[in-house]
Amino acid sequence: MSRYLYYPGCSMDGSGRAYGESLTAVCEKLGLTLAEIDDWNCCGATEYVGVSLSPAYSLIARNLAIASKAKTDGEPLVAACSACYLNLAKADSYMKERPQLGERVNVALNAGGLHYDPGAVEIRHLLEVIMNDVGLDQVRANVVKPLAGLRVAPYLGCMLPRPDPDHRWKNHERPDDLDRLLEALGADVVDFPLKTECCGGHMTQIAPKVGLELIKRLVDEAEHHLADMMVTVCPMCQINIDAYQGEMNAEFHTKHKMPIVFFTQLMGVAFGLDQKKMGIGRELTDARPALKKIGKELQAVAVEAGAAHRPRPDKRALPMPRMDDEAPAGEARQ
Amino acid sequence: MVMTDVSRPPAASPSLDFLGEVSARTAGVSRLEMCIQCGTCGGSCPSADAMDHTPRMLFAMIRAGMKEDALRSNTPWMCVSCYHCVVRCPQGVHIADVMYALKCMAAQSKSYRDATPPGFAGVFVGQVETFGRSWELGLTARHYLRHYILRLPRMTPMAIGLFLRGRIGILPHRIKQREQLHAILSRAEELERLS
Repeated sequence: MSRYLYYPGCSMDGSGRAYGESLTAVCEKLGLTLAEIDDWNCCGATEYVGVSLSPAYSLIARNLAIASKAKTDGEPLVAACSACYLNLAKADSYMKERPQLGERVNVALNAGGLHYDPGAVEIRHLLEVIMNDVGLDQVRANVVKPLAGLRVAPYLGCMLPRPDPDHRWKNHERPDDLDRLLEALGADVVDFPLKTECCGGHMTQIAPKVGLELIKRLVDEAEHHLADMMVTVCPMCQINIDAYQGEMNAEFHTKHKMPIVFFTQLMGVAFGLDQKKMGIGRELTDARPALKKIGKELQAVAVEAGAAHRPRPDKRALPMPRMDDEAPAGEARQ
Repeated sequence: MVMTDVSRPPAASPSLDFLGEVSARTAGVSRLEMCIQCGTCGGSCPSADAMDHTPRMLFAMIRAGMKEDALRSNTPWMCVSCYHCVVRCPQGVHIADVMYALKCMAAQSKSYRDATPPGFAGVFVGQVETFGRSWELGLTARHYLRHYILRLPRMTPMAIGLFLRGRIGILPHRIKQREQLHAILSRAEELERLS
């Protein structure tokens, strides 16, 4: 059993409840002990840092101080929400990078009897822990119901692979970690080009046109690749694409019905755990019809999706470089 | 003989320490002075369309001391914090954190033109200060009533759907040590004002 400290973040028992429920069950199955830190507070999301610098970082550092006290044997602090993860990692890294900020934060923490030495706690995201500490072999060993027949678009969003203050990601724009995990579960994984594009974050709340446009780009693209559902690692991405899809459809006169679930929910399903206990059904755009495809033959059209749905080249357009297998029949090949 | 400097435009009075001021309020080391005006940031930005100035232009304005214009620009408020520009910037400028610094400065001097984004941040922060946790229902209800009353009809089915699926907490969660948190945050705010 490996022990980790756990920072759930506010959405885990609210809008991201399905994430919290499924990750608890999946981690138990994988032998990861998550010890929730005591009396943690909100990380401030992307709001507090845009209001006042020192209070914003002191708010985050209170959690780090609590975690460093709770540490018994160098356990890392794990967060599953991308924004929480990034805030914790950034606070730790910037307190080092700008010692003046570090000092100010510690003066503030001192008013509450706390202290945090930057670097004292290792901060990690759950996906990265599963990929690196558990490993895909262990994941495969737990799969009892492979997700064959389910076509999924892996969607990481922004804040996990970028800006990556601790240099954990080899590729910041097109990492394949979530792809490989979903493949290990047996799913048919779409090579989703927008996998680290932004869902708009809080834009649905402050500039709806901008936010809905960003959501539309993602859903359009997932649909274009004939994905049955999108799979995410972040509660913000999930609620934007799931709950605001209706408003997006109204805004752009579209009829998209693209479900989006958390990767831990699909892990649970593949591990043979009860779908309902994995929070399946809590999404507004129902994922259950798509999950029924599991175990059935892939539809031929889905296999051909990439080629069949690519727009036809415009004859008047300038010639574009072409891959060999795309060359029309009869054309001389070199 | 007194030499008159004719090279300076007469209208604006540039504040020449503005670059330093922004850098001082940026979380990490901003590296703003390293910007080579290549425009990679604007070209990588998913919301550049909605911005008054691309990040590159905004950084030129900051270096030119155009404080008032820079703080009135909607650019920082349209930044979605996706960090595409940050990982692509050849000079390692902490672009997203500079945007946060500009938001803080614009919010404190009330230089913004649209009150919606700072309004949302204000309600969010107010709740976190009070409860120690964010409270999605209270936040959205208050924000929509104040800024988006016409959007409410479209939002109602969503809110009901989320509620029926157990995704909305009716009451806020409160942390135990709220007094400790308040002490930390007020001390931090004092330090921020002194800086």
